[in-house]
Amino acid sequence: MDERIIAVRFVDVKRYFGDVAAVNGVNLDIYDGEFFTMLGPSGSGKTTCLRMIAGFDHPNSGRIELFGRDVTGLPPYDRDVHTVFQDYALFPHMTVGENVAYRLTILHRPKAEIQKRVEEILELVRLPGLAMRKPSQLSGGQRQRVALARALIDHPKVLLLDEPLGALDLKLRQQMQIELKNIQQRVGITFIYVTHDQEEALTMSDRLAVFNLGRVEQYGAPEDIYENPSTVFTAGFVGTSNVFKGPAAEKITGSSQTFTIRPEKIALHDPEADISDAEVFADGVVREGVYLGMYTRFIIALDLGGELTVVEQNVGASHKLDAARGKRVRAVWHRDFIRPIAEGG
Amino acid sequence: MAVTPAARGTLPDSIGKKFSRFFHAHPGLSIFLLLLLPFLWLGVVYFGSLGALILQSVFQYDSYSGRVIHIITGENYIELLSPSNLDIILRTASMAAAVTLADAIVAFPLAYYVVRYAKGRVKALLYLAVLLPLWSSYIVRVYAWKLILAKEGILSWFMAQLGMTSLLDKVLSFPGIGGPSLSTSMIGMWIVFVYIWLPYMYLPIHASLERLSTSMLEASADLGARPASTFWRVTLPLVMPGVVAGSIFTFSLTMGDFIIPGTIGNSSLFIGQAVLRYQGTAGNIPLAAAMTVVPMVVMALYLVLARSRGAFDAL
Repeated sequence: MDERIIAVRFVDVKRYFGDVAAVNGVNLDIYDGEFFTMLGPSGSGKTTCLRMIAGFDHPNSGRIELFGRDVTGLPPYDRDVHTVFQDYALFPHMTVGENVAYRLTILHRPKAEIQKRVEEILELVRLPGLAMRKPSQLSGGQRQRVALARALIDHPKVLLLDEPLGALDLKLRQQMQIELKNIQQRVGITFIYVTHDQEEALTMSDRLAVFNLGRVEQYGAPEDIYENPSTVFTAGFVGTSNVFKGPAAEKITGSSQTFTIRPEKIALHDPEADISDAEVFADGVVREGVYLGMYTRFIIALDLGGELTVVEQNVGASHKLDAARGKRVRAVWHRDFIRPIAEGG
Repeated sequence: MAVTPAARGTLPDSIGKKFSRFFHAHPGLSIFLLLLLPFLWLGVVYFGSLGALILQSVFQYDSYSGRVIHIITGENYIELLSPSNLDIILRTASMAAAVTLADAIVAFPLAYYVVRYAKGRVKALLYLAVLLPLWSSYIVRVYAWKLILAKEGILSWFMAQLGMTSLLDKVLSFPGIGGPSLSTSMIGMWIVFVYIWLPYMYLPIHASLERLSTSMLEASADLGARPASTFWRVTLPLVMPGVVAGSIFTFSLTMGDFIIPGTIGNSSLFIGQAVLRYQGTAGNIPLAAAMTVVPMVVMALYLVLARSRGAFDAL
């Protein structure tokens, strides 16, 4: 693992817009060949970081390296990275073929080679035979593929993707997620993917970084981030979490250390149910139950104050939600699932 | 609170409500009323006069009696090919082309700066500066230029202060476009035309630059194109419809103008002046009409050429 090549490295990168620190001291290592996601809410600095890798924006301080080479002040056309834009940015006056060939035209490659490569790459993104169309004649999903083909045509070392699936509908988005991941594994190029959609980030990434207020809160493999969130922000942004602090935490665990517990780790039992030593519990009343098809989400008003979100899979027949409302329950979970986390964030 | 159908039925419908319901049920009628006025204007006043003009241009003119005879003939158009008329047409067309080119060269970088770099107040101020001249009378501005360009005017005074009088003299000694002073030369007329029509070139270019999204330019740079390459491959083709729209204004406005050639420059005629002269003193309305058709034909040819060269591909 230590032998892995670092494709992109951020060293204490800061970027200010006026007085606002959009990126406030980011340190990151992104490995060659991995699918890396920058996840965060809007204004968290993830897109600015992506733009600084591309060279559209430059840090006020710090350093950005591409394969060990300092590229901090270099213009976009001197970097071996390509971008898939959020709005696709296809050239409307050119055909699909001309769009895809743009990079090779700039490099003055021979016509025969260009044509062959365009055909190959359109095959890869499953758009064969559309080279003569204009971008305006394509659907959103097709434009997305053209943008991808255009950026992949000369096998850049790194491909940057700025919320590329944001404009697509849910079904198409899920289909494209799988396809993007497949393409990435086939071409073996480092993909750096920006999104605010945590589900997308968990599905596609080898590793991901959670951005908040211009900083990286946490980075690692998806299951690491989900199972072991290190801050309150990460716990709340990636999936849903119940957070207990101070006296409430002490009543449950015996320690005032802040902790989180994921809703799916909690089971609902009858009041006064017995629990083992390995388990903890909190009593309360079901305030609401929301049927969500695959599972049902319950909101429990706890006796010790606050609310608890619990998710139960709908294994049997559908729950009788009306009957559940107002019922007293005991929420029980295993001590192993308790995650102590840092305050703040 | 749901309103029951019975409760709604007791409320009498107002006239306005009935009126809007009627139009909702008859969408064709609404469109007809909407287009009635513009159609009357365009159809009758505009196309009507255009038809009358073209009809006039093929009537015969009897130079002895000075009367228009209603016989269809092509002789007015043949008359246009006489050396003196051809001279007028070529002079006007060359001036229009030179003015259009200069306006495009001045307007493009300015619009590019205003759209891409200028922010807030500076942007508003520059935009206003381009439009401000349109707020004062065209005649006043032309006469102001006559004074600026006069032999004893401020421009030659300024050149003298800079010790550049000999340069000015050299420019004015060019055959064909020179003259005794700037205000009596073709160069002077060209300067005034370029100034007067600049906003008409600037505005469409500004509008199409506003439509050009930054990510388009970033995508080009991202794929390895240097700034000059991005300009030729992406910026210019995408802004071309704006440049063509602007050039239609500057070209046709120059082709038809008779005030500036009558005020600045020497006694050689332009199309606008010739039309005025033929239909005024001579009363030769058919020839004047034929002369008026010339700029329209030139513009039509220009548009066909621009289209075939792909100027509108980005639309």
